[in-house]
Amino acid sequence: MRMFDVCIIGGGPAGLKAAIAAGSQGLSVVLMDDADHLGGQLVKQTHMFFGSEQQRAGARGVNIAKELVEQVTSLVNVEVVLCTTALGLYDDLVLTYETEGSYRKLSAKKFIVATGASERMLTFPGNDLPGVYGAGAVQTLMNVYGVKPGNRVLMVGAGNIGLIVSYQLLQAGVEVIAIVEGGPSIGGYLVHASKVRRAGVPILTSHTIKEAVGVNCVEGAIVCELDSQWQPKSGTEQRIDADVICLAVGLSPLTDILWQAECEMVFVPELGGNVAYRDSTMCTSKPHIYVAGDVAGVEEASSAMVEGELAGLCAAKSLGVSGAHLTLQITSARSQLEELRSGPVGDKIRAGLLQAHR
Amino acid sequence: MLKKTGVATPEELANVLPSEGRLNRGAVAVLECFQNIPCNPCATSCPRHAIQEFVDINDIPSFDGDLCNGCAICVANCPGLAIFVIDETYSPDETLVKLPYEFTPLPASGDVVVAVSRAGDEIGHARVVRVQNPPVFDRTAVVHVAVPKALGHEIRFIKAGGPSRA
Ligand SMILES: Cc1cc2nc3c(=O)[nH]c(=O)nc-3n(C[C@H](O)[C@H](O)[C@H](O)COP(=O)(O)OP(=O)(O)OC[C@H]3O[C@@H](n4cnc5c(N)ncnc54)[C@H](O)[C@@H]3O)c2cc1C
Ligand code: SF4
Ligand code: SF4
Repeated sequence: MRMFDVCIIGGGPAGLKAAIAAGSQGLSVVLMDDADHLGGQLVKQTHMFFGSEQQRAGARGVNIAKELVEQVTSLVNVEVVLCTTALGLYDDLVLTYETEGSYRKLSAKKFIVATGASERMLTFPGNDLPGVYGAGAVQTLMNVYGVKPGNRVLMVGAGNIGLIVSYQLLQAGVEVIAIVEGGPSIGGYLVHASKVRRAGVPILTSHTIKEAVGVNCVEGAIVCELDSQWQPKSGTEQRIDADVICLAVGLSPLTDILWQAECEMVFVPELGGNVAYRDSTMCTSKPHIYVAGDVAGVEEASSAMVEGELAGLCAAKSLGVSGAHLTLQITSARSQLEELRSGPVGDKIRAGLLQAHR
Repeated sequence: MLKKTGVATPEELANVLPSEGRLNRGAVAVLECFQNIPCNPCATSCPRHAIQEFVDINDIPSFDGDLCNGCAICVANCPGLAIFVIDETYSPDETLVKLPYEFTPLPASGDVVVAVSRAGDEIGHARVVRVQNPPVFDRTAVVHVAVPKALGHEIRFIKAGGPSRA
């Protein structure tokens, strides 16, 4: 069985940064991802990112991914394995995984779980019709494979993902009929809302989808207004013709492997669902398992990168790497996270983290 | 209301509009950014330090029109596409507006395009005067359009021709 110092599960921004951090300390690192490329969600993000210069604000997600992948591949002590799915993580430091149809094992002293998040579904009649997509799927089709999902889209959800995917649909020449949002106000950044609105997309707050209409595939949707108790107002139903209903109603941390490994978990709505308890080094209740990125709480690529770096550095420290520089890097990562989460849009994350830290 | 519709109110806009005196002196940026979000490329990209360095990354940009020359570098760098440059001195009856634009095909100078408001309404026509799309702008083109004076503060988007028109 092959042995490594650090094994990182998931090659999104969190996993990539963790690999760079641990790899730069000279440790032997393996980075695995179930996709056929590294980058995670970043490869689909064609828009410019927020954050500050340290997290590459102003750069497009896809370009950030390229830079991180280059850094990882330049480290000879970091091995990248793609098309490989982590399956089970055990107390004897063994990870089982599937690759090319075979079931294998490896061992590492520390594991960093950076598996990201999965999309939430919404229940309504007709939600199983072809043409009902998650926003991530629409983005993958368009921005990774260059395939239009349809011609007339109803977007459900006015958080950042719903707003950004609407904008990218417009850029691909797809009509977005409307964005419906159950809440009384737009959840995403208002600058994103303004840019889709001026491109002609109405944003209907306090509205939701009641049902999808269609025989063999989506032909339209019934939307209705909601009152302040989130109850449908009778008589407000209207039919919207559309061939795609795109759901952007949130993400939940992808924690299967943490449950299986029996990390202590806690349900924190502010972080998107169940997450592992972690300490200030991103270490879970299992001393050999660290978490970073959306799996530790659904947030942003900017914070995922810094968390990944922090987890990588702290894992290295726990393996005996030391020095003033390492301490400095750890302090800097912590203060970057604090800064990113300091504003009003960080209120929720801060409240969530209080419940997940110990 | 901005938080419900994505369209800023006249009061919000009045707060970010440069003074009349400054507008009368030529091209100047208008920063239509009203929410505390973790973002600062406007400040870090402005070569003239007209947008003050942020103390906290969540600050709303603080802008000094006297230092701004309307170069539009911030227009291409703002991930929110929330900055525009207005030049009311362009000609006696037209205002020049520099807008961020990320759709293909890009219009060419000389094209007449549809002028669109913040709410997405078609409000008239605009004449494309120049299109800036250098590699450093990383695919956020800055389109300069001339519009009748009355539209200078209203136009925030254009509909150009082509298959992927917005
Ligand atoms: C439309 C959209 C717009 C966004 N815009 C922004 C933005 O402007 N700014 C910003 O900062 N953030 C943005 N984000 C958020 C950002 O993309 C995510 O927060 C970030 O990608 C999370 O990084 P991660 O590394 O934790 O997870 P991911 O990027 O999701 O990566 C996880 C990786 O793990 C792999 N994986 C999962 N399970 C396994 C397993 N068992 N075995 C092997 N591999 C596995 C997955 O295939 C994936 O590659 C946006 C997200 C979306 C969807
Ligand atoms: S237009 Fe130029 S000078 Fe004015 S704020 Fe923007 S970058 Fe600075
Ligand atoms: S770069 Fe744009 S969105 Fe970001 S703070 Fe500046 S004006 Fe606002």
